[in-house]
Amino acid sequence: MGKQKFLHLENIEKRFPILGKEDYIAVTNVNLEIKKNEIISIIGHSGCGKSTLLNMISGLDKETEGYIFLKGKEIVGPGPDRAVVFQNHSLLPWLTVYQNIEMAVKKVMPELSSPELRERVERYVSMVNLDHAKDKLPSEISGGMKQRVGIARALSINPDVLLMDEPFGALDSLTRANLQEHLMRIQQSVENTVIIITHDIDEAVLLSDRVIMMTNGPEATIGEILEVNLPRPRNRVELQHNEEYIRCREAILSFLYEKFAKEDE
Amino acid sequence: MNNELAKKIILPILVFIAILGVWSSIANVVEDFPTPSDTYVAAFGGTNADGDEITGVLADPFYVENQDDKGLFWQIMESLKRVFAGFILAILVGVPLGLLIGMSRNAQYAFDPFIQIFKPVSPLAWLPLLLFIFQDINLTAISTIFITSIWPIIINTALGVKSVNEDYMNVAKVLRFTPIEKVMQIILPVAVPFIFTGMRLSLGIAWLVIVAAEMLTGGIGIGFWIWDEYNNLNYHNIIIGIIVVGLIGFLLDVIMGKIADYFDYTKKGRA
Ligand SMILES: Nc1ncnc2c1ncn2[C@@H]1O[C@H](COP(=O)(O)OP(=O)(O)OP(=O)(O)O)[C@@H](O)[C@H]1O
Ligand SMILES: [Mg+2]
Repeated sequence: MGKQKFLHLENIEKRFPILGKEDYIAVTNVNLEIKKNEIISIIGHSGCGKSTLLNMISGLDKETEGYIFLKGKEIVGPGPDRAVVFQNHSLLPWLTVYQNIEMAVKKVMPELSSPELRERVERYVSMVNLDHAKDKLPSEISGGMKQRVGIARALSINPDVLLMDEPFGALDSLTRANLQEHLMRIQQSVENTVIIITHDIDEAVLLSDRVIMMTNGPEATIGEILEVNLPRPRNRVELQHNEEYIRCREAILSFLYEKFAKEDE
Repeated sequence: MNNELAKKIILPILVFIAILGVWSSIANVVEDFPTPSDTYVAAFGGTNADGDEITGVLADPFYVENQDDKGLFWQIMESLKRVFAGFILAILVGVPLGLLIGMSRNAQYAFDPFIQIFKPVSPLAWLPLLLFIFQDINLTAISTIFITSIWPIIINTALGVKSVNEDYMNVAKVLRFTPIEKVMQIILPVAVPFIFTGMRLSLGIAWLVIVAAEMLTGGIGIGFWIWDEYNNLNYHNIIIGIIVVGLIGFLLDVIMGKIADYFDYTKKGRA
């Protein structure tokens, strides 16, 4: 291993063919290196290509130029080494909380004996504090709880990278804060590489080691990368007056609303 | 609440009385048309208007006089056997075909025009052709039911597959499900309620078709029985036949509905 890079995006471009017109170049010239156990957030105006970028890392979509390497191997297609938490949780509605996680673990770790399987599933149910709801169907739990199950399911298959596309976007701000706490606590205990797409400046600063700021599309690319030098564990209340926190917020604000302000379309 | 329940009982009774009224006046006008009371006696036995003592067709539905003269119960059983044979055949062919059409755009392009063309064809149009092919009452009835009741199964199954959320398929991709795992673990659970809706429609059509088919093929069965009673000038038995056919069709629909609900994850938690 040694010098090998962990996750590496090299000259990525994505163009979408549009019927009867020139291709739409969503993102171009994206170069990024992500270290193991790093938490990265990607922020940018709507339509700049954040989801497109994440989908190429997950393998659900294919870049038209460039390469993505994970642990030295090129990414071709989706796989359980890159678990995805979708915006609308995407739990299977006919399976209980427990069964949703079990389905993933069973598929990815077929070698587990049934007690081992149960132990693992229960560990991840507990990790997101859902023991009391483990036999409930997704329709019987709140949006925040569903998203927690989504996170537990993604982590339960022991991925190299956890990819989250606006994981808390559909939630109210209190639930959102609660889930951010969950995520930080989990991250402290399991250590994982995480890439989060967000629209929320506070969320980006609070959660990440680095914030990737994207320019507007078409032909969007990485505009600036901000290092967040805040020790962990982080406390959202104390941070409000922290100089580094304020500096990071302002840097993102000025990027999004001065340098790359989006005109109303 | 109780008021509501009372209405549910009283209002149908009022309509029932109105129907009896209309029926009686038709019987007054049309010569030889059976009155409600005649029909009741013909069904359950007693003394009819001419003073004859008779056993009703519903009072002794299990009698077997000979091969060609059996009670109403046996007639219905024969019809049900054919209905279920054709219906099960339609499921066995229709569900896999629907899955294929739902999953493959090419299959959809290939089959869709023919489904659209054959779906509206009346069973009465198929019957002579199938009779000519099989030269057999049972096979003709079964194949007519098959060919007219398969369409809702195909269409609804394909619709069910299409309604699988893109997100669920992405989950399957990330977990690297095999095609079989995709069908068993994602597509079928979503599609099953749709498939059952299709089956329910299909069984309704099958029961509708059997009466017409048996009238033309003859032999034994509720449809033929009704036709036979017409030829024997037993008009009251035609009315009894209509009511029995209606009740059984209703019963089949209720049973299918219950089965469908059982497999529908949106209706309740699964076993
Ligand atoms: N399949 C596609 N075909 C054509 N254009 C597409 C396709 N998918 C995305 N695009 C375009 O690419 C651009 C980037 O889309 P993307 O969904 O990645 O944006 P985003 O940054 O995730 O936006 P949001 O914050 O609203 O989720 C958009 O202009 C979008 O219209
Ligand atoms: Mg997006």
